Amino acid sequence: MIEVKKLIKDFGKLKVLKGIDVHIKKGEVVVVIGPSGSGKSTFLRCLNLLEEPTGGEVIFEGKKINDKKTDVDLLRQNIGMVFQQFNLFPHMTVLENITLAPVKLKKASKEEAQKIAVDLLNQVGLEDKAGAYPNQLSGGQKQRIAIVRALAMSPDVMLFDEPTSSLDPEMVGEVLEVMRELARDEMTMIVVTHEMGFAREVGTRLMFMDDGKIVEEGIPKEVFDNPRHRRTRDFLRKVL
Amino acid sequence: MNFSFLPKYYNFFIIGAKNTVLLAIFTVILGVVLGVFLALMKISRNKILNFVSTAYIEVIRGTPLLVQIFIIYYGLPAIGINFPAPAFLGEYGEEFVAGIVALSINSGAYVAEIIRSGIQSVDKGQMEASRSLGLSYNSTMRHIIIPQALKNILPALGNEFIVVIKESSIVSVIGIHELMYNANTVRGNTFIPLEPLLIAAAIYFVLTFTLSKFLGIAERRMRVSD
Repeated sequence: MIEVKKLIKDFGKLKVLKGIDVHIKKGEVVVVIGPSGSGKSTFLRCLNLLEEPTGGEVIFEGKKINDKKTDVDLLRQNIGMVFQQFNLFPHMTVLENITLAPVKLKKASKEEAQKIAVDLLNQVGLEDKAGAYPNQLSGGQKQRIAIVRALAMSPDVMLFDEPTSSLDPEMVGEVLEVMRELARDEMTMIVVTHEMGFAREVGTRLMFMDDGKIVEEGIPKEVFDNPRHRRTRDFLRKVL
Repeated sequence: MNFSFLPKYYNFFIIGAKNTVLLAIFTVILGVVLGVFLALMKISRNKILNFVSTAYIEVIRGTPLLVQIFIIYYGLPAIGINFPAPAFLGEYGEEFVAGIVALSINSGAYVAEIIRSGIQSVDKGQMEASRSLGLSYNSTMRHIIIPQALKNILPALGNEFIVVIKESSIVSVIGIHELMYNANTVRGNTFIPLEPLLIAAAIYFVLTFTLSKFLGIAERRMRVSD
């Protein structure tokens, strides 16, 4: 589904990604871990071109996307993204946040989009918040809404950029639960996170990144229990 | 205090105030339209648009409004650019249009800077979230960024509207019969130096004070989502 070949990203002189190769298949839940500054978020953001790769290829559903000819907007309709800071639109109600893109991009009529939104809100237990503004919600609620907003476009893959890192500890669980649910429904997911429990339980593959490279990858349980590289061992010792 | 001129001349003030309001309304609308375009040009990645907008804003802000008005009213017709005189603006339509053009060109530069700062004050995560849903740059600007920017800048923009009402008095120099011009006419006709000007000042104050109250209400309304 997503094939990344020799992906390189520089910010000026700073080399952030130094050649990433990975092939992600439909239905996989790939969890990306690693120390801060290792390039995890940048890697994720290259997948929907929020960052433009400096070199290499990103192939999504058979098409090379880091190409001048790509219709970036069309591509992004199929790639949902959830941010650390939620980034809900504060001047719109929850329902408007969710229906804006499907309606404007003519994926659904207003009525259809609202129905989909209400269904999704039901699934995350926030049906009573449809008319609320984001500032009236807790962090955990905001992030669940942000997930719903991305899902309303019925994307083929969901990218999560540290979705629980700015939440109060007691709210982490409710967001992870929604993500677990998604994984159960066989959504393809790429998750950058520091939640090692989630990585071990829900991930079908774990990628450990350090210094712009994938140092080690494999089945989460195996990597956690038997890290092969010293840098993985050092990192896991610090976080576990 | 001698207000004995009022029964005879009150109409001068009413017509003057009406023309001042008309000038201000046209100027504010055109100034904001111009300002939005200049602001979008200034934040665009296109170097040419960027340069044009920056140069425009710097030149307009760096030269006196009076000079700009004279250039537009006396200078442009000299090189063959004449202003239309729409009937609904009455006898001095041509002056009126020149005045509106000059004030709008001037106000646009200030509005542009206000809007640019407003747009840049919106968290960049908003742009990313909207783009990641597949919305284009333009519709993100329209539906996400500009509505939030406008809310942020409403106080500054309101201040600019008040400035426009006050500064519009300067176009009296090209013979537009707005409030200042008419007050001056009354002063000349009656040989009463002070009171007509006090009346004019009072009317200006009522206009700006009312506007500032309305803006206060609008601001509170828009704060619903904060």
